[in-house]
Amino acid sequence: MSGALKPVLADLSVGDVIGTRSIEVDRARLVRYAGASGDFNPIHWNDTFAEQVGLPGVIAHGMFTMGAAVALVEDWAGDPGAVVDYQTRFTRPVAVPNPGTATVEVTGTVGVIDADAGTVRIDLTVTFEGARVLGKSQAVVRL
Amino acid sequence: MAINADFAGREYPVNAPYSVGREKVREFAAAVGSTHPVHHDTVAARGAGYPDLIAPPTFAVIVAQRAEAQLVEDPEAGIDFSRVVHADERFTHHRPIVAGDELVTVLHVDSIVERAGLAMVTTRSEIAALATDGTTTPVATVTSTLAVRGGDA
Repeated sequence: MSGALKPVLADLSVGDVIGTRSIEVDRARLVRYAGASGDFNPIHWNDTFAEQVGLPGVIAHGMFTMGAAVALVEDWAGDPGAVVDYQTRFTRPVAVPNPGTATVEVTGTVGVIDADAGTVRIDLTVTFEGARVLGKSQAVVRL
Repeated sequence: MAINADFAGREYPVNAPYSVGREKVREFAAAVGSTHPVHHDTVAARGAGYPDLIAPPTFAVIVAQRAEAQLVEDPEAGIDFSRVVHADERFTHHRPIVAGDELVTVLHVDSIVERAGLAMVTTRSEIAALATDGTTTPVATVTSTLAVRGGDA
């Protein structure tokens, strides 16, 4: 990664779109995340269990969606270590069909610029089937 | 079983260290789709000024959930995991997590708030790197809120 590719705080304006990304989620992806994260809650891989607890079927880990969405910010920043703070609320589940794929759409927008701190807050809009699945999803990047 | 609100304010003793492995960093990064080379390639990571691979921003959830298990899996706390929904999560990084770190965590139960058949349980995991001389350095603070539906909800 060349330093010249990294964003410069002074060049940014609130409302700038830093990028968009589509995340394709299938059951294999959830199983992979379960193993990588150690989160083996059966609502993320077992339809029968998910339906018994009132869900429409298997849903993605909220933490999967949170983790996948911020990759857009990591790549934009040019340095994943520059993401110093990242928060979200989990507002709606992402139902993942079998067979098939759920597509989650991510857009990152400059929300706040703090020139004194040298940080920018990127606000992530994360949607599935047109509805937001993450709320107040904000990543603070030190530039 | 009802949530035991007496657990609010509790601070647990420091837990057993979590050893951050290079392959675990790669595996987690691949699972969330973090393709930046500093998660995968040690030469790239060192070139970017890090001592080894660095973990993606949400990797700390692995460490935090181990600490949170002390509360969630304690029958006295009364948390029925089949009624739990993850409400929110926040990571504050004091420095990136690096492969080779030995991470120790102190779990705090910041609040337990019950309203309208729902209990909101907020925990805070203070994660620190343990050095060979026994000293610790703050690495990350992870705040997590679980919403637990009551038995009648």
